[in-house]
Parts: sequence; structure tokens; C-alpha cells
Amino acid sequence: MIIGEQKPLDEIIAMVEKEGGGRILVAGCRSCVAVCLAGGEEEVEQLASSLREHSDDRSLGWELRTVTLQRQCERSFDEAISELVDWSDALVSLGCGVGAQVLSEVYPRRVILPAIDTSSMGAPEGGGKWKERCSGCGDCTIHLSGGICPIARCSKMLQNGPCGGSQEGKCETSPERDCAWQLIYDHLRAKDRLDLLEASLPPKDWSRSRDGGPRTVVRGRGSGR
Amino acid sequence: MRSDSALERLLADGEFVVTSEIGPPKSADGEDVRRKARLMKGHADAFNVTDNQTAIVRMSSLAASLFCIQEGVEPIMQMTCRDRNRLAMQSEMLGAGALGVKNLLCITGDHQKFGNQPQSRNVFDLDSTQQLMVFKRMRDEGEMWCGDSIKVPPRMFLGAAANPFADPLELGVVRLAKKAVAGADFIQTQAIFDLQRFDEWMGMVRSRGIDKDVHILAGIIPLRSAKAARFMASKVPGMSVPDEVLARMSRASDEKAEGLRICLETIEELRGRPGIDGIHLMPVNWESALPEITERAGLLPRPQARR
Ligand code: SF4
Ligand code: SF4
Repeated sequence: MIIGEQKPLDEIIAMVEKEGGGRILVAGCRSCVAVCLAGGEEEVEQLASSLREHSDDRSLGWELRTVTLQRQCERSFDEAISELVDWSDALVSLGCGVGAQVLSEVYPRRVILPAIDTSSMGAPEGGGKWKERCSGCGDCTIHLSGGICPIARCSKMLQNGPCGGSQEGKCETSPERDCAWQLIYDHLRAKDRLDLLEASLPPKDWSRSRDGGPRTVVRGRGSGR
Repeated sequence: MRSDSALERLLADGEFVVTSEIGPPKSADGEDVRRKARLMKGHADAFNVTDNQTAIVRMSSLAASLFCIQEGVEPIMQMTCRDRNRLAMQSEMLGAGALGVKNLLCITGDHQKFGNQPQSRNVFDLDSTQQLMVFKRMRDEGEMWCGDSIKVPPRMFLGAAANPFADPLELGVVRLAKKAVAGADFIQTQAIFDLQRFDEWMGMVRSRGIDKDVHILAGIIPLRSAKAARFMASKVPGMSVPDEVLARMSRASDEKAEGLRICLETIEELRGRPGIDGIHLMPVNWESALPEITERAGLLPRPQARR
């Protein structure tokens, strides 16, 4: 799923003020960002009431309405809210960066204010944590590393083993961050497959990642190969 | 010989070599590098010229290497994977070869978070093993990584780093074996204070026969003060400074003298270990210690490399 988190309220308020306030529609999404508690129905209502409070305290006269779409990244869902969008002066998206862009495409005359900072593709860890798992490199090789991706999970994207900064299971960049190569090692050792780590991986073909330019997947044609 | 490197020649002749380090300045002052080179000349066989060490911007390692050459000192140019993609790496390998650099050390590089510009992007197009593969192909096959031929290939003695104190220990040894196959001719280790752990690592290295394929230079840092020792123990990634060493430093009435004593004892210990072909002395912020260490360790005069 896509992981994101809401921007700080004052940043959202600043964006809305810059757009002139007025009638404000807050549009969330029931998919990924709802799961990571950033842009689901509840967060949409909370944000709307915070904006209302801000307006009331200062007599700005903002009007607020809300909607939470099934999937903000699909045009058909976005098209279904045209009446609300027509009503609004400002449109705050609580979808991920993809959802906000599609909304913007469907309503080209509107400025879409992104209220979520989208960070990564990841998974819930429990305890209110979501961790990055995949960087979308376009050429998956996790079968060689115990099902753990070193591109997304090692701070240096190292493909042939840990750097010299890995200590006691943690990454040199933070005691809060697991070293991906320690995870890979532990996993393969438990499986008795450390032999997999003896093979050297040659320089990666990054042309299939974002480095090759924005990617388009066409059904039946394979991933840009 | 794979290069015209004096370091390579000395190692081939079975000399116990000494390498050290020259850090380029945070300025455009070439005289700074020349001064350090003059000060340290004759006290080591070759000098690592660091590459934006700890992700702090400094004069480029290529430029500083050239100043060393002009002072008659042999540089080991460092190149991190953090700051360059494979295009930049290959072009710099060509430029370095053309300018007379004869040793190149391939390293991952500290994460930019440790430096003074943590907002920067990192590259990591290649990791250091892959960097070695590319440079070996350029040197030995006379080909760019993509297969285009190189009319005048760079002749370069290739080095890499290893950290006996990083985890997981066993995987670090696997990675070292990969580096040896990929093209490393010599290895410099992280600074050694923890001899027990070093011996454990070295045992694994020897049992895989890696020491037969690459020359291993043991890393040494002289401790200048108890404070510096504590800093290294707690703040520098991948370092291991045992409590016993920390205690010796904080008990000492003359911290510098004690630091030198520890340093000399470590060198003496390591010289006797099979598979160790030299030392890499890193007098961090204490360049003036190098002459005294090499003198007292009986490592002077440095031998002349046969031509
Ligand atoms: S190898 Fe590439 S595609 Fe596979 S998980 Fe990692 S980043 Fe994603
Ligand atoms: S410590 Fe581990 S996760 Fe962090 S950069 Fe090094 S190898 Fe990657």
C-alpha cells in the first residue's frame, strides 16, 4: 500500500489561506491512506473541523464540506463528485500524491491542495507504524535476498551485503532503523540458505526504475522490458 | 604488475607496508595539501586522499591527489559510491589514470546524514563491489562497463575497505570475498582496538583463503585523548573501542602518551599476525603523530620500491 502522513495543520491552513479560503471541500480516500490513518473518513472529518475552528476563531467565514472517495486515484470515482467540486472554491486532497493528481486531472480548473505528504510503498507494522518495503525499481530480485528488499530497506541500496556501519542489527543512520542486511542474514540463516548470499550481483539495470523516466505499464506488454 | 603503483610493487616484494591518510581541506587551498604531503612524506608508502569524508564537502580527492603527486607522494585516491553514478566514476577513473594516480580505493561512503548537508540526495548507482567490477573491467579488459573499448586503459591498483567490527560478522566476510573476486587488490580495515574481535574476523578471512587473494592492511588510529576515544566508541559508525581501552585512556595522566602506547602495542601485535601485509595509519586530526609512530614502531626508513 501507499504510505503517507498528513501535513502539519498550520501548513494546510497556510495553503488554504493563500488560495483565498471561501468554500472548502476536503476530499479523502478510503484506500491506502485510510489504512495508514492519514486520509480516511475520520481524518477528513477531523481536518474539516480544525479548518472550521480556525475560520470561526478569526471570523474568516469559511464553509466546509467533506467527501471520502472509494479510490481517489481512479477517475470514475472523482468524476462522481462534480457537484461538490463545482460548489467549492478550494479543494483540499487527503488522498496520496497519485489520488491528488488524478483529482487535479479530472478538475483541471481547480487548484488541488495536497494535505498529505506521500512517502513510500510499505506495510503496516502495528503500533501505529508503517514501514517502507518497495521502491518500485521495476526489476524485482527479492528471491535472492530472503524476500527482503535491500533497495527499499537499506539506506544505501546496497546489493552485495552490509556496509561497515551495520552494528547490533541497526543501520548506521539511526538506532531506530533495522539494518536490512541483518534482517536478510537472519532470515536466510533460519532458512539455511546463506549460500544465496555468496553470489555477486553485477551493477543493476536502473533503466527500469524511475531513472529510465516515468514508467507506463501496458497490459500484456510486460514492465517496460 | 597491474599498475605502476609503488604500493603494489612493495607488497609484491613482500614488504610490510605502511599507508596513511591526507584529508583534503574545506577550501581551494592547494598549499594545504602540499604542506601535509611534505610533512608526512617518507613516513608511509602511500597516502589515502579521502573523498568528502563523513559527507562533509572538501576539495575533491582527484585534485588533492594531484597535489600529492606534485610533492612526490603517492596518493591512494578514495572514491565513494555515495556521490557518483557509474558515468562519473568511469570518467574520473580515466582522468585519475591520466594524471598519474596509481591507486584507487573503492568505498561505499558514510551516509550523508553524518555530514553538514544531510538534505542532499545520495547516488548509490553502484555499491562498492560493483564499483570494483567496473574498474577491473576497465583496467584488465580495456573496456568500459558497457563494453566500449578504451584505447589507453587506466592502470590502477585497486583497493577496498573492510570492517571487522560491523555486523553480521559472517556476512562481512562474505562481502569481503565478493570484493576480492570483483577486483580488490588490497584491503584497508577499519581501525582496530578490539583485537579479540579482529582475530575472530581474521580467522574467518583466512579459513576462506581471502588473505591469499588480497593484501590486507590493518587499520590503526592513534587515540589523542580520552574524549576522542569516547567519541569514537559512541559516535562513529562501525567502530568498536573496548571498555578496557577507554579505561586506560581515562586513567592516563598523559593521554597523548598513552594513546601512542596503545597504538604501538597494537601495531606490534598485528605485525605478527599471518595474513596481515601492512598497516593503514589514520592519525585523525593528529597528522603530526605519524612521524613519531613510524619511528618508534621501527617502520623507518620506508623502503624504496624497485622500478
Ligand atoms: S527489488 Fe525492486 S521491485 Fe522488488 S521490492 Fe525491491 S524495489 Fe520493489
Ligand atoms: S547499516 Fe545496513 S541498512 Fe544501513 S546503510 Fe549499512 S547496510 Fe544499509
